[in-house]
Amino acid sequence: MVVVAVLSLGLMFVDHRTQYLSPVRYYAAYLATPFQYAANVPADVSAWVYDTFSSRESLLTENAKLQARAVLLQRRVQKLAALSAENIRLRELLNSSSLVNDNVTVAEIIGVAPDPFRHEIIINKGAKNGVFMGLPVLDAQGLMGQVIEVGPFVSRALLISDSSHAIPVQINRNGVRAIAVGGGSLDLLVLTHVPDTADVVEGDILVSSGLGLRFPRGYPVGVVTRVQHDPGESFAIVEAKPSAHLDRSRHVLLVFKEQKQLDWDDLN
Amino acid sequence: MSNQGPTGTWVIVFSFCVAYFLALLPFPHWAEWGRPEWVALVLLYWVIALPHRVGVMTGWMVGLGVDVMEGSVLGLNALSLAVMAYLAILLHRRLRVFPAWQQALAVLVLVGLSQLMVRVISNLVGGMPSTMWYWVPSIVSAFLWPWLLVILRFIRRRFVVT
Repeated sequence: MVVVAVLSLGLMFVDHRTQYLSPVRYYAAYLATPFQYAANVPADVSAWVYDTFSSRESLLTENAKLQARAVLLQRRVQKLAALSAENIRLRELLNSSSLVNDNVTVAEIIGVAPDPFRHEIIINKGAKNGVFMGLPVLDAQGLMGQVIEVGPFVSRALLISDSSHAIPVQINRNGVRAIAVGGGSLDLLVLTHVPDTADVVEGDILVSSGLGLRFPRGYPVGVVTRVQHDPGESFAIVEAKPSAHLDRSRHVLLVFKEQKQLDWDDLN
Repeated sequence: MSNQGPTGTWVIVFSFCVAYFLALLPFPHWAEWGRPEWVALVLLYWVIALPHRVGVMTGWMVGLGVDVMEGSVLGLNALSLAVMAYLAILLHRRLRVFPAWQQALAVLVLVGLSQLMVRVISNLVGGMPSTMWYWVPSIVSAFLWPWLLVILRFIRRRFVVT
C-alpha cells in the first residue's frame, strides 16, 4: 500500500510539474482510443436512427431551410471577399503583416469529459492529422477552446468556459482589451481586471485579440451579458456568454494559423 | 481443485472494460452530476469476492487506466482506487456477511472516500468550483450496488471465476 501510494504521489508530481510523461500519455492513448470511440457509438446509433426514420416531410423542410440559409451565407461571402481584398490592400498600405487565410480542418467531437467540473471535449483528430498542442478549436459560432493533449488519433481540447482557461479578448466596438476567464459553467465567461471607467456595455461583442499568440485574431468569443459597477470593488464586474455552442456542437473547426510576415522585398 | 490455478481472468478484465465504457458514455447535461462510479463499483465487487486475486495493485493499475482515459493527472484515480481497494480488503470478511443494503452503506462510505481523495488532490493541482453536487455520484453508486452485486455474482458463478 505504501509503495503504491508513494508511486502515485511521485507520478502525480512528475506529471503535474514536468513534461516527462507526455510520451507515456501519447502511447497510452492507443489503449484509450478504442474506449473513447466505443463510448460514442450509442450517440452515433441514435443519430443514425433519427436520420433514417425521420419522415420525408421533415427532411424536405430541413432541406428547404438549409438551402435558404446557404443562399444567405453565399451572399455574405460575396461581400466578404470584396471586403477582405480591400482589407489586405489597406493593410499593405499600412505596411503591417498581411492576414493570410487560415487553414481549417473539420473534426468531430467524439466525447466530453465525464467529470462535470472539467470542460473538455475529445475530438477525432490527433497527431497523425497534424494536430498539435495549443491548436485553437472553433465551431460555426465562435471560439470553443484549445487543444491541451494530443494522442495519435484523438486529442483533448479545453473549452473557454473551463475555470482554468483564459483567453485575451477585445471588444469589437471600440477595441478595449481584456482577459476572459472561464466561469466554470458552460454559459459563463468572466472578464477580469476591467477598470470601472472602461467603456463596456451589455451586448458588446467580444472577439479574440490575438495577443498571446495562441488564438487567431478576430474570431467571436462571446457577448457581454452583465456589467456591474460596485464601488466596493477595485474593478468592474463583467460577465459574458460564449458565442460558440459549447454544449451542442458536433463538428468543430481546427484552425491551422499561417501567420506570414510581409517582407521588405514584397513591398519594393 | 487445489491443483487448478485461477480461472476466468478474462471475465475480470472484460468487466473492467465494460466499466470504462460506461464511465465514458456521454450523459445528457442534466444527468451529468449523477454518473455512478462504475469502475470503483466493479473493483469493489472483485475485491470483496476475490481478495486473493484482485487487490491494491489491481486497483492501482485500473485507476491508472481511468487517469489515461479521463486525462486527469496520472496517478490521481490510481491512488484513490488503490486506497479504496486496500480498505475493502481490510473489511471484506465483514462486508460479505452484510445484507445488500448494509453493503450499500459501506459502498457509500468507500466510494465517498475515494472521491474525497480525488477532490482534495484535484484542488491541489488546479482549482475546482465548490459545490455539493460533487457527492451525488457516490450516493448513486450506493443505490446501484445491490443490483450490480446480483449481476456480477451471477457472472462470477456462470463463468466460474475463482
